[in-house]
Amino acid sequence: MKIAKKFMALSLAAVMAGSCLTACGDSSSSKDGGSSDGTIVIGGSGPLTGGAAQYGVGVKNAAQLAVDEINEAGGVNGVKLKLVFEDDEADPGDKAVNAYNALKDKGMQVMLGTVTTGSCLAVIDKTKQDNIFQITPSASAQDVIKNDNTFQVCFTDPNQGKASADYIAENNVAKKIAIIYDNSDAYSSGIYNTFKSEAAEKGLEIVAEQSFTKDSKTDFSAQITAAKSAGAELLFLPIYYQEASLILAQCKSADFSPKFFGCDGLDGILGVENFDKSLAEGVMLLTPFAADASDDATQKFVKAYKEKYNNEIPNQFAADAYDGVKIIAKLIEKEGIKADMSASDICDKLKKAISDGFSYDGLTGQGMTWSAEGAVSKNPKAVVIKDGNYSAL
Amino acid sequence: MIKYILSYGRMFCMAFLDYLINGISLGSIYAVIALGYTLVYGIAKMLNFAHGDVIMVGGYAVFTAMVTWGWSSWLAMLFAIVVCTVLGITIEKVAYKPLRKASSLSVLITAIGVSYFLQNMALLIFKEKPKVFTSVVNIPKISLFDGKIVIKGETTAAILVSIVIVVGLSLFINHTQKGRAMLAVSEDKDAAQLMGINVNSTISLTFAIGSGLAAVAGMLLCSSYPTLTNTTGAMPGIKAFVAAVFGGIGSIPGAMIGGILIGVIEILGRAYISPQLADAMVFAVLILVLMIKPTGILGKKVNEKV
Repeated sequence: MKIAKKFMALSLAAVMAGSCLTACGDSSSSKDGGSSDGTIVIGGSGPLTGGAAQYGVGVKNAAQLAVDEINEAGGVNGVKLKLVFEDDEADPGDKAVNAYNALKDKGMQVMLGTVTTGSCLAVIDKTKQDNIFQITPSASAQDVIKNDNTFQVCFTDPNQGKASADYIAENNVAKKIAIIYDNSDAYSSGIYNTFKSEAAEKGLEIVAEQSFTKDSKTDFSAQITAAKSAGAELLFLPIYYQEASLILAQCKSADFSPKFFGCDGLDGILGVENFDKSLAEGVMLLTPFAADASDDATQKFVKAYKEKYNNEIPNQFAADAYDGVKIIAKLIEKEGIKADMSASDICDKLKKAISDGFSYDGLTGQGMTWSAEGAVSKNPKAVVIKDGNYSAL
Repeated sequence: MIKYILSYGRMFCMAFLDYLINGISLGSIYAVIALGYTLVYGIAKMLNFAHGDVIMVGGYAVFTAMVTWGWSSWLAMLFAIVVCTVLGITIEKVAYKPLRKASSLSVLITAIGVSYFLQNMALLIFKEKPKVFTSVVNIPKISLFDGKIVIKGETTAAILVSIVIVVGLSLFINHTQKGRAMLAVSEDKDAAQLMGINVNSTISLTFAIGSGLAAVAGMLLCSSYPTLTNTTGAMPGIKAFVAAVFGGIGSIPGAMIGGILIGVIEILGRAYISPQLADAMVFAVLILVLMIKPTGILGKKVNEKV
């Protein structure tokens, strides 16, 4: 017994010493973001585990697909791209920063990420400090783009809240609206705030404003009762799909069946394992991408994605990421970026180029352009869930 | 004006009644979880902080049996109870038994370690994507006042199950030989051993029953709130622990009363005060109760021998 214990202690010590050595080895091999094997390294960061994992996995898969397509076609100006990806678990703190540091260790020259707003806010000042060009597929808060090196593929939240209210008012979807939002989450409260002010302008009546926090997001009975007894015709859900799936189920068991309207956070709800899709029938959501859209670009992307990732249907986050990589590639091509340039030099060139007459036709919008602040200009589209699939409205 | 007040009053009452029912529904689930806590604490004198995670394992066991293997809900429930019972006994043998003579702090920290272990094992096996649980409850919902108030089948089930468990456990502990052996162990381990009671097997039995209850709690929890992730049991576990302390830890009827009160306080707090403060209120109530009556509502005062 004693010998076994000693052996354990010794081997543990050996493992720790070993990991220390490998860590040192890694950091010394990379030199300020430059890559050694003649590729331009795109670093991606997003949740591959945890509640928002569907977003991160979608982004990683689609980004890899885009990189592979570009490399098969001979690369950008003959230079191949390489994607490295780290899991930040959608954490708004240390885990996001650790993922970012790991990406730097792997020689990241351009950053695609992060996927969620909270994590993104944790790294924007780091990318600014290190002067790395950052384009996020889906972190949508306004604060995300406060630095001059950060750009978005998705809409900013104010845009989503405003567009939702406009859509509801212009199409006469409902007059009495209840809102359930997550006020411990920047994304959710951001949309809620702009929705509220735009709704007031458009003459929509908000009959109940209910919130929850990340520590109490399984029981929504109190919020649903409040919405029900206020006579809401429409329940606006600017939240993520996991909580939304619970709210839909709890509304059904409370015999409350208003119309449901959400934003891009609801995208992915149909992918939850064993989810009763009939609960989501008729749910409307605002998203720039619908997998069943009939245009060539969308169909080609969906087909390639399904072939590569055992028949999974890509969501909006995947489309945003695919566009993100293609945008980076276009900019690299335009500016003649070489693989041995440092991340900082690349950033100086790209951040000027993107807001200077650059326009991109992608899956998530035609003629996308960027302001120097980093916000994208494109039109949101509404989709409705019909027969267990997203279809364009 | 009077008409307006009347109609407003009726609306207010309806909503209040609805909140109350929701609170009892949530509370009866806390009660079933709290029973497991209180049983293990009462007999083995240790806080099994992994209890909430055994609940999560129970949820996954039902999910796997029903959705992946396509078993009927009865078979799946039986399977979950067996899995959790075996898991409970294993945890006790591997993690807690070697620490029988150690300080209670070491045991507590071990329990937290087991909790993290179970959570991360579940993450490894079942992956990160949340799963939607199919309700195992097959009781029709009751609709009152033209559908203004709905009592879910899950609520009825949770209340009935918690009553059955309280009565069953009380009968078992007070009127069977094994049960009385448990009582003896809870009063004095060494004396019980001198009287010919096998302390180790009695504690194992306690864990087996506690974990079986966790499986039942897991089914009720996941049927009412049909989402399943590796942290599903964590927060309800903590709230139920509060409920057990609130009702008087070690007391079986106390766990039931504590659970229901905590559920009602949480829902009413969320409805009338603030959704952000609801959780804080639960803990504030706990502090108040402990200040006024440190042993909880039904807890007995035990004089420590010196």
